[in-house]
Amino acid sequence: MSWEPVIGLEVHAQLQTYSKIFSGAPTAYGAAPNTQACAVDIALPGVLPVMNRQAALLAVKFGLAVDARVNPRSIFARKNYFYPDLPKGYQISQYEIPIVAGGELFIDTAQGRKRIGITRAHLEEDAGKSLHEDFHGMTGVDLNRAGTPLLEIVSEPDMRAPAEAVAYLRKLHSLVRYLEICDGNMEEGSFRCDANISVRPMGQTQLGIRTELKNINSFRFVERALEFEIARQIEVLEDGGTVAQETRLYDPATDETRPMRSKEEAHDYRYFPDPDLPPLVITAADLEQARESLPELPDTRRQRFVTEYELSETDAAQLTAEKDTADYFEQALAANACNHRLMANWVTGELASWLNRTDTPISESKVSPSMLGELVRCIQDQTVSGKTAKAVFEAMWHGDGTAGEIIEARGLKQILDTEIIEQAVVEVIADFPAQVAQVRAGEEKVLSFLVGQVMKATSGKANPRAVNEILRQKLCS
Amino acid sequence: MPHRYSLSTLRDMLRQGEISSVELTRHFLERIERFTDLNAFITVDAEGALAAADTADQAIAQGSQAPLIGLPIAHKDIFCTRGILTSCGSKILSNFISPYDATVVEHMHRDGAVLLGKTNMDEFAMGSSNETSFFGPVRNPWDRARVPGGSSGGSAAAVAARLVPAATGTDTGGSIRQPAAFCGLTGLKPSYGRVSRYGMIAFASSLDQAGPLAQSAEDAALLLASMAGFDPRDSTSMTQVTPDYEATLEMDLTGLKLGLPREFFDESVDGQVLQGVRDALTIFEQMGAQLIDVELPNSAAGIPCYYVIAPAEASSNLARFDGVRYGHRAADCEDLLALYEKTRAEGFGEEVKRRILIGTYALSAGYYDAYYLKAQKIRRIIAEDFDRAFKQCDIIAGPTAPTSAFGLGEKAEDPVAMYLNDIFTNTVNLAGLPALSLPAGFDHSGLPIGLQFIGRFMDEGRLLGAAHRYQQVTNWHQQLPEGF
Repeated sequence: MSWEPVIGLEVHAQLQTYSKIFSGAPTAYGAAPNTQACAVDIALPGVLPVMNRQAALLAVKFGLAVDARVNPRSIFARKNYFYPDLPKGYQISQYEIPIVAGGELFIDTAQGRKRIGITRAHLEEDAGKSLHEDFHGMTGVDLNRAGTPLLEIVSEPDMRAPAEAVAYLRKLHSLVRYLEICDGNMEEGSFRCDANISVRPMGQTQLGIRTELKNINSFRFVERALEFEIARQIEVLEDGGTVAQETRLYDPATDETRPMRSKEEAHDYRYFPDPDLPPLVITAADLEQARESLPELPDTRRQRFVTEYELSETDAAQLTAEKDTADYFEQALAANACNHRLMANWVTGELASWLNRTDTPISESKVSPSMLGELVRCIQDQTVSGKTAKAVFEAMWHGDGTAGEIIEARGLKQILDTEIIEQAVVEVIADFPAQVAQVRAGEEKVLSFLVGQVMKATSGKANPRAVNEILRQKLCS
Repeated sequence: MPHRYSLSTLRDMLRQGEISSVELTRHFLERIERFTDLNAFITVDAEGALAAADTADQAIAQGSQAPLIGLPIAHKDIFCTRGILTSCGSKILSNFISPYDATVVEHMHRDGAVLLGKTNMDEFAMGSSNETSFFGPVRNPWDRARVPGGSSGGSAAAVAARLVPAATGTDTGGSIRQPAAFCGLTGLKPSYGRVSRYGMIAFASSLDQAGPLAQSAEDAALLLASMAGFDPRDSTSMTQVTPDYEATLEMDLTGLKLGLPREFFDESVDGQVLQGVRDALTIFEQMGAQLIDVELPNSAAGIPCYYVIAPAEASSNLARFDGVRYGHRAADCEDLLALYEKTRAEGFGEEVKRRILIGTYALSAGYYDAYYLKAQKIRRIIAEDFDRAFKQCDIIAGPTAPTSAFGLGEKAEDPVAMYLNDIFTNTVNLAGLPALSLPAGFDHSGLPIGLQFIGRFMDEGRLLGAAHRYQQVTNWHQQLPEGF
């Protein structure tokens, strides 16, 4: 039998606000434990939450960007459970009426563009952190993170393969960064993902029993955890068993998932509207303000890159996947009016490979957009050949100066003067009579040997195309 | 004897230099010391009070006109007060020193009041007799064998015995008005949102309001003016500017329509209480007010509705008392679950546990719709009843409680009988309206009878004015229990 996986993702994106969602304490990451938790965050008796409007506006931006409905009145609810890092004994979240409902996102799959529905996105507060390792026989509690604003984005179960889940996650990651509502830092936990996964016989419409996967906080883990879990569920079903509805934890060390808690012992969270917080009202003016603050979105930008810069779909997709990359590309073009496709090749090729190799974010590239722009212009006006340009790029990366400075200092300027090239060609013809004879006899591929010799004679500075043309002229006439 | 004077009179005496704040403070501290048998206070801060009084005297000498300058007051132990114990009447907070002041505490401090101490109360304000306090029951100064009412029983007993000229209370279902009635005081529960709840330990967030327990409407007006006002730290506080309550005290009663709900004058009310209330209303009629019959047909649903919503909210509000960050923590717990279970089992009293259980049940999956959601619907219907009644009248009047003060221990073992004591008060909290209890005479046992006035939303001024006019022609409110 062939099986079809059904996947839905829940993403927690930490909203980029200065202060917490219900208190004035700062949200900055990495401070000493409990130094960024105020009376409200540690839930002293008598304290009350006050909504941070900025967090709401960021959620509205997201709603508009995924073409969702923004509820004019959403309700905060209390999710009740006991845990030491949950100071109030309840988490303030949204339950029945979330701020954002019913959106969509499009991903690229091998079969083409695919729509992934977004069920809802709601505002909630983060919990603190329990530190089990640092204190012998005890647990420490750090409440710095308690009250950090989160947007929980819940997808429809629309994905049918781990690769689709990863594509959706990447798209969402790109989007929240485009919107500047979340820094997307997965290592620091600002962008976290849980997955709901079930399998069913191909063709069946009814959903299978699902499990929920936790701790899959990298694109790679999402894919691996899902692959493992799909295989596990299929094995259970093919052995005639049933999948238990449970929460499972992914262990990257063993590349397995294992049960965390089963649904039977699941909490009854006793959700009810939080009486301390009035409904969150989003006015037409708020919507307008959010709309005005929307940047050009990834899909729109990608289309514009295709039409405005005449780039291929692939290049446009690659360049616009991350806002910083697209910004870099356009800044480099703006600084130096040069060929769009050539620039695209350099950004997605040499630059991307250096960034990758050195694990550098593009925003911190050693070669700035204007520096790359200058180099690409030098290639375009034939000051240097493409090959030499790579050496110039490397020198720029290592801080040796701008393209112009390096070309000048190292005498890398390409020889375009045909008289000089002709002279070198004549000398090579004289030095290699045997090979010349072979070319004349029709052995075309020996020509490249002679080109190589001319390049060598000019220390690689001769324009390769000119060398080729002149050689042909001399030998074939 | 300074304790024979009202807060307003003492204010004038202080300003005219007839007495100093230090003298006043000493006098009341001595009385607190003398009448500890009432068990009205949980904490007395003599040192802090005398220092504050000294500061106030210097300010008065420099011409300070602060509204409460130099006046001794007490706070119910539900308000967080920086540096001194805030127990909320519970073992679980019996070691809790708040690092911050509640907004109400801040306001009254700003206005120059001198804090003598923190008054006893039912544990987490859950009770109508002050018998659920971890610190023991409070005795009613009018009859020490009787309860002072609850949950603000400590404040009520303290003011009735003139251990302090006035005090603060909180009212979730009648906790200011019923003790005011039982102790012969004027107590006001403001409209929901009039006074900030920040720093007031939550019982039922959508019902809780702070207000004054005072000797007269005039004194209550003075206190309310200080307590009230928008607070950006409380999202449910109202932005309206606080009116000048003292200025509107001298209101004209001519044509004032007092609505008497049929449901508040039935056979469930003690005959003497009913008579006292009727007599008081006759005086209002003589002063030009009009008495008209109104209906509150759904008021019987108030008790069951209240006893779903209040415990539901409480079950969640009290979850923070877990022994992890502050308060009582059980010793020798083998794991996390044991820490929670033992801490809460030891830290909470019976009534608090009962309400946490009721509330947890009401919010549970499968019961939520039948209880919590249903109660919310009834709550709206009750509010609509009031809206309709207020189309016919300006103030709704009736007894505050069905009886005068009952005996200590009389209802302690019967929660439902205890809950029924709130029958005329808790619908007011459900509707978020302001209401006041004022003394309307005594029954044959010499126990005070309370008349309740319920007003339109944010219409506290009218309630205070009407009560004040009545107090200008009666002297019930000036009576002191024997021996005080």
